Amino acid sequence: MSQAQWIDTIAGLMPHLMLAPIVLPLLTAALMLLLREEQQRLKLALNLLSTLLGLAIAVALLAWSARAGSPATLGVYLPGNWPAPFGIVLALDRLSALMLVLTSFVALASIVFASSRWHRAGVHYHPLFQFQLMGLAGAFLTADLFNLFVFFEIMLAASYGLLLHGSGRARVQAGLHYIAINLAASSLFLIGVSMLYGLTGTLNMADLARAIPQVAAGDRGLLHAAAGILATAFLIKAAVWPLNLWLVPAYSAATAPVGALFALLTKVGVYTLLRLWTLMFGSEAGASALFGGAWLIGGGMLTMAFGAIGMLGSQRITHLASFAAVLSSGTLLAAVGFGQTELTAALLYYLPSSTMAVSTLFLLSDLIERWRNDGTRTDSDDEDAPFLNPELLPTQGMNLDDDEEVLIGRVIPAAAAFLGLSFMVCTLVITGLPPLSGFVGKFAMLTALLNPLGLGTSSGMRLGAPGWSLLALMIGTGLLALIALTRTGMRHFWAAHDRTTPRLRVLEGLPIAALLAACVALTVQAAAVMNFTQATANALHAPGTYVRAVMEAAPIAAPLVKEAP
Amino acid sequence: MEIVLALAIGVLTGSGVWLLLRPRTFQIIMGLSLLSYAVNLFIFSMGRLGLALGKVPVLVDGVPQDLQHYADPLPQALVLTAIVIGFAMTALFLVVLLASRGMSGTDHVDGSHSRDRQEML
Repeated sequence: MSQAQWIDTIAGLMPHLMLAPIVLPLLTAALMLLLREEQQRLKLALNLLSTLLGLAIAVALLAWSARAGSPATLGVYLPGNWPAPFGIVLALDRLSALMLVLTSFVALASIVFASSRWHRAGVHYHPLFQFQLMGLAGAFLTADLFNLFVFFEIMLAASYGLLLHGSGRARVQAGLHYIAINLAASSLFLIGVSMLYGLTGTLNMADLARAIPQVAAGDRGLLHAAAGILATAFLIKAAVWPLNLWLVPAYSAATAPVGALFALLTKVGVYTLLRLWTLMFGSEAGASALFGGAWLIGGGMLTMAFGAIGMLGSQRITHLASFAAVLSSGTLLAAVGFGQTELTAALLYYLPSSTMAVSTLFLLSDLIERWRNDGTRTDSDDEDAPFLNPELLPTQGMNLDDDEEVLIGRVIPAAAAFLGLSFMVCTLVITGLPPLSGFVGKFAMLTALLNPLGLGTSSGMRLGAPGWSLLALMIGTGLLALIALTRTGMRHFWAAHDRTTPRLRVLEGLPIAALLAACVALTVQAAAVMNFTQATANALHAPGTYVRAVMEAAPIAAPLVKEAP
Repeated sequence: MEIVLALAIGVLTGSGVWLLLRPRTFQIIMGLSLLSYAVNLFIFSMGRLGLALGKVPVLVDGVPQDLQHYADPLPQALVLTAIVIGFAMTALFLVVLLASRGMSGTDHVDGSHSRDRQEML
């Protein structure tokens, strides 16, 4: 079949297909809950299959939303068959589709990596993983504030479980702080949502976009307070300074594949801010236009500085990766705050590449630290672990069954070279050095900052102090990150050691190679991706189409009921 | 009535935040619970047209069908969801709290005995 035929097939399945990213993980997780804990291999197979299928669906949705020349690139699904402001709505636009593909891809890499050994370090890894995917997909697809809260809670509840996976004192300690701060953030979320409801009488995001310009002048202050409280909840998730002190202990205590998945969670905060802010406080919001932009810019820039300094001070690679996540989050937030279409397009290009690089760094950290410690586990107090099933304990070491040795025990040749090269590619993407996607993303952002109306167009607008500061910070933090990563790289790969060569399994090398290959692919296909993100940004900054599509989605007419004889 | 409700929410929130900032895990969980009660009450009070005292959301024959005559049903649905989720999260936090207590032998949030005796009071 040709490409056009494929897309027609997908279009035939719409809008029902957009429900699949939520329902598929839900059903898979429910099915896995019925299986006994001993049936790990079956669960793993189910998990891999479901994640793979999820990726295929996400790519199909992306292809559908990206097709050129068609006005209806927005999928709207009414789960309760009630028209928009009354029932709940799911909406799929280019941004949601992009985030879905990114999520599924990173999740697939994470689960393949975990399949080599980490998934056996505790109970219920696979169902929790699927619930996490469900929460993420729901948060990207929902067009209703309260459903956003529900999906956030699903995502967080699963992440609490995943963070504690593998147990050990450090994880429980970090988990305690992580849960406490997220519960507090959820309270703020609810306060913000209910205030917005009290003011506007709606929770539908599209309806909110309509209602906000009409809010009475006397209520404007209350509206801004509500938006500020709501934004604080998202900013905690997006790890803005000074609300991000929980992040580094939690992310670095998590097992490596979980850390790789968590790199996505901060991006959920960024996504939600971008989505709600462009809808609620875009240029059409009347007196509230661009409300809070300065706060986003300022907070984002402080976060960048915090992340870069933290990277410089990190001793362990997991800390380095966590601070890299903070740095990327800060860069995105600051860029969101400008509210310029070109800049949004550039940051949407930067987002997937930096997320994948940070995820890779988490995965690499596990391999490098294991190599450093000659295959012994670093966390010493595992015998305290209260959640572990005793039958699972023998398998969590390095002794694999013979048949498993054949499958996943094959050692990659030149493993040290592979690790070193991967680390180098990661460094290039995170710091934004040429020739990889990190550079293209940062370059596009700097270009957009300097030419707000596109290259070659004289806008007559001068780049203000915030613009210059962001420009300087982006280059400066890149330099600091480069110093930190190079130093770590030299210590681990160049310094003389009398160490054995690392033992690396194919299943551990594969996801790293795939994530980095995706970064290379983003670089090679930069023009196509940039066209896509440009269209996404245009749609985000002119939310009229989104609002109209959601509000005018017609419920399916009820079948005519025959009158009883 | 408004002032009573506002005071109740304020006191609950204040106590909740204070407890949340204390160094013992048990105080944290009490603080989070109080905070969630405050939030639930707050959602209730955010219905359209205020508190709707003495009104029910169920439609009655002969009464005009608008919010002047009925309570707003949406905040009630929201509160119900928020209660369920809050309850589950509190239970989960309790488990982690007990695990932390078991592993570290102390109920300090940082899992280590406080050097300053005064801080633990």
